[in-house]
Amino acid sequence: MADSTLPIGSAIDLTPPSEVYGTWLDVVNSWVTTVDHKKIGLMYIGYAAVFLLVGGFEAILLRIQLAVPHNNFLSPEVFNRIFTMHGTTMVFLMGMPLVIGFANYLVPLMIGARDMSFPRMNAFSFWMTALGGLMLYYSFIGGVGLQGAGSAPDVTWWAYAPLTERAFSRGHSTDYWALSLIVSGFGTIGAAVNIIATTLCLRCKGMTLFRMPLLAWLYLVVSGMILVTISPLTAAQIMLCVDRYLGGHFFDSQAGGAPVVWAHFFWIFGHPEVYVLVLPAFAIANEVIPVFSRKAIFGYPAMVSASAGIGVISLSVWAHHMFTVGMTSAQNAFFVLSTGLVGVPTGIKIFNWIATMWGGKIRFATPMLFCSAFLIQFLFAGLTGIMLSTAPWNWQLHNSYFVIAHFHYVLVGAIVFCFFGGFYYWYPKMIGKMLNERLGKWHFWLFVIGFHLCFDLMHIPGLLGMPRSIYTYEPGRGWDTLNFIVSMGGIIQGIATAIFVYNLVYSYFKGEEAGPDPWDAWTLEWATSSPPPEYNFATEPVVMSRRPLWDLKHPEDPDYRYEE
Amino acid sequence: MSSTAIPLAHQEEWKLPYHGTVAMAALIVAETAIFSIFVVAYIYYIGKSISGPQPRQVLELPIFNTVCLLSSSFTIWLAEHALKKSAMGAFRLWWALTVLLGGIFLVGTGLEWKKLIYHDGLTISTNLFGTTFYSLVGLHASHVIIGLTMLSLVLIFSLAGKLKSEHHKQLGVLSLYWHFVDGVWVVVFTVVYIIGR
Repeated sequence: MADSTLPIGSAIDLTPPSEVYGTWLDVVNSWVTTVDHKKIGLMYIGYAAVFLLVGGFEAILLRIQLAVPHNNFLSPEVFNRIFTMHGTTMVFLMGMPLVIGFANYLVPLMIGARDMSFPRMNAFSFWMTALGGLMLYYSFIGGVGLQGAGSAPDVTWWAYAPLTERAFSRGHSTDYWALSLIVSGFGTIGAAVNIIATTLCLRCKGMTLFRMPLLAWLYLVVSGMILVTISPLTAAQIMLCVDRYLGGHFFDSQAGGAPVVWAHFFWIFGHPEVYVLVLPAFAIANEVIPVFSRKAIFGYPAMVSASAGIGVISLSVWAHHMFTVGMTSAQNAFFVLSTGLVGVPTGIKIFNWIATMWGGKIRFATPMLFCSAFLIQFLFAGLTGIMLSTAPWNWQLHNSYFVIAHFHYVLVGAIVFCFFGGFYYWYPKMIGKMLNERLGKWHFWLFVIGFHLCFDLMHIPGLLGMPRSIYTYEPGRGWDTLNFIVSMGGIIQGIATAIFVYNLVYSYFKGEEAGPDPWDAWTLEWATSSPPPEYNFATEPVVMSRRPLWDLKHPEDPDYRYEE
Repeated sequence: MSSTAIPLAHQEEWKLPYHGTVAMAALIVAETAIFSIFVVAYIYYIGKSISGPQPRQVLELPIFNTVCLLSSSFTIWLAEHALKKSAMGAFRLWWALTVLLGGIFLVGTGLEWKKLIYHDGLTISTNLFGTTFYSLVGLHASHVIIGLTMLSLVLIFSLAGKLKSEHHKQLGVLSLYWHFVDGVWVVVFTVVYIIGR
């Protein structure tokens, strides 16, 4: 619903946007050379959207192969490449750019700043990430793997040694994996440094850290985590390259090295990485749920502490991915306990979201539909996570489809759902048009049905013993029908995503005008026009509470009387 | 120019940290994480080489190198101090000395590696000790090279008369990086030459 009763006259520049675009080359040039955080954010998001489709296509291929036993739609070699690329793509080329793209677009706007702290480094980070993705996909034609002319990496996305050593991974496919991620890792670290500097140094007057929107807080935590999370991966990949090219012995057991060292280093990266992906989903929920419940977020200080707590504790849980490598009982126990512990602040957040909705006037527009589904699904995913965190249970289910079902439940059921919600919430701001509500509801319900068909049922073959990373399976194990329905669920999610993409394009041309504040929200990004002018705010905002727009719209009952 | 919104309750100073220092501190956190992984690998693999030269046999304490590198931290601090007082001559002297001391460290490392490779037969592929040693010390040396490049650039700017006292904040960011590099050396020295032998 477009809303234009915003009493912030001088904050919005009423000069009509210039219609002079020049040739299409000028337009391309303006995007390629931009240092504006909004354009860079949109490029990150667009990049992620493209790779969402690519990674999703890879997933559909996998599901077709697994829909029936003894299928030969994909050969084992191709299957290995496709699932390796599916995982690597979704994490590094879809998840991370999406996370960083939203941060780039929203953080400066939300803190009343004109841009990020280091606009040129911002552009550099984007192009490094983009280059990494291109390098990874070039491997399809340039990899010179064992099977012939070109091949993508086929060593799974966690690329365990010694499979990745020179002896067992001939050709360059593994090198494409390692080098492309090192390159995009530099971009990611640059973005994290930028977000930290922006958040700490560019807040507008009156915006103390405890008056920042929770999205800004969560991205501060995420950026801190990125600094200590991506670096171990870069280090491990450098070690892998030393082994592969300089004759090093980091993971070479014949020289006294230990492949398990790779596993430790990879998961020291890999576990906090998934929290790096999920905390921004929390950030979106933190913004959407209050606005559509017409209530301020419940327990803001607790939310801040819980988020920081999750960030810190998540650095200590990594070996719950490795319960079967043969650590001592004491080491196993440590990771069981630390993993259980990380559930506590997460639970606090869930309670606070529920408390925010409780007694509110809830409006189930599409963003809220996605975030409500997130609440239920994330809870369930967390519960299967706690189940997996108990070592004896894990010993039965490690490397089974139960694990795949669990982590897709979080990655898709929590993260993708929240980001869909975020798209519907902020697309009006970014583009100036509302996304179509009817298409949005079709997208939502189809995706929910597809998601649950696919990932609810996927737990059962796991419990029945179906291992992961297999290209086919025997009939008569009790897995057949379930795998078929799971594959149908995957296809339904694909159809829902196609509707979403259509909505994005259709609404760009035919969408309803959004105006500055279509959702009657409270944070600073809604104080500018949609889309914002390049300089964001005509005058520097001054805030006195966590909901500056509420204070403006309700001067008789401002928040700052109640805060502190 | 009128403020759009709520006036501040009272005129408070709105002071936020300098973004250069914050960014460098964040970068240092990330670099610390990378170095920690290499240090952990080094420590884990101490004594695990099956063959080839062992640390005790071939490593000599690089006292002179270490003194040079750590002194460069002192000279860079003196340089910063001089810059704040606009004593440009003194600044150039201390800064050039910093570059020189860093250069001596690098040359010393190179000579040490020459001895290890040609005299003792220790390369990155010889054994676990070689792999972890050259990786860790080499990672540090590469950071020294990057630092020296930046320091030399600043020296050139200063000799060209472009550097002013107002630039002390930016220079503070670079010297923070240099102190970090020296700090890493303290850790590497302890792990490789003291604990590891």
